[in-house]
Amino acid sequence: MVPITTFHYLVVAAALFVLGVIGVLTRRNVVIVLMSIELILNAVNLNLVAFSRMWGNLNGQVFSIFVTVDAAAEAAVGLGILIAFFRNRETINVDEIDLLKW
Amino acid sequence: MNPAINAGMAPVATPGFFYVLAGLAVASGVAVITRRNAVHAALALIVTLLSVAGLYLMLYAPFVFAVQLFVYAGGIMLLFLFVIMLVNIERSSKERRFNRMWPVALAASCALMVLFLSAFVKGRTLFPDRLMPLPESSNTQQIAGMLYGEAGRMGQYTFAFEIASLLLLVAILGAVIMTKKKI
Repeated sequence: MVPITTFHYLVVAAALFVLGVIGVLTRRNVVIVLMSIELILNAVNLNLVAFSRMWGNLNGQVFSIFVTVDAAAEAAVGLGILIAFFRNRETINVDEIDLLKW
Repeated sequence: MNPAINAGMAPVATPGFFYVLAGLAVASGVAVITRRNAVHAALALIVTLLSVAGLYLMLYAPFVFAVQLFVYAGGIMLLFLFVIMLVNIERSSKERRFNRMWPVALAASCALMVLFLSAFVKGRTLFPDRLMPLPESSNTQQIAGMLYGEAGRMGQYTFAFEIASLLLLVAILGAVIMTKKKI
């Protein structure tokens, strides 16, 4: 069997990233759009940890912890906005949230 | 992998294990973006997060593995499930899942995947096949040294760590203020 190299991890991370991008661009439910953003952040984390393993130092792992902190902050604020919006408009569909569209 | 580097290390991280975890992560990632019910999507996302956590363990990153379990699979997904419970899903589960622009978005995303893969294949010399062994037993200790500093000196990332705590404070305040009815 071929040994697992950094390349393999990069391909998995790219697949997860593209899945997240598809979710953000196509889904109508805001909760699932936010979940797709989490998928994207996870792909980035996987890349960072794989490169940390490749170079043999821990900077990538520390970076991935900072990305996790960002993901937590983003989820809290995004879901807060979602609840405030749902209270006013009774919808969570992306294409009905068009107040700032011209 | 160079066998000399790996000498004396039990081959726990076998290639088959990697393919199982990667396949599980990608398959449940597909489930996240195609399920009609938001709760099912959240459960599939938890499976993805756990498989990625397994991949971290294969990459000798036990601390990031623990953070992934506690913060992502524990905290953030709990928040998501609470919000799914608060907003009604009966109406949205009967409607269309995808918006009108989905063919264009799918084509653009496939083009992005092709771009990634061609960049990886062309730049294969930039990603050498070596994998440096990281000391697994002192991993958490070394990360703590970089974040908090050691021996009375500031670590490399202490300032960034403080900024991150400020970011979390702002996020907490923002979430509380936005969800309050009257301030």
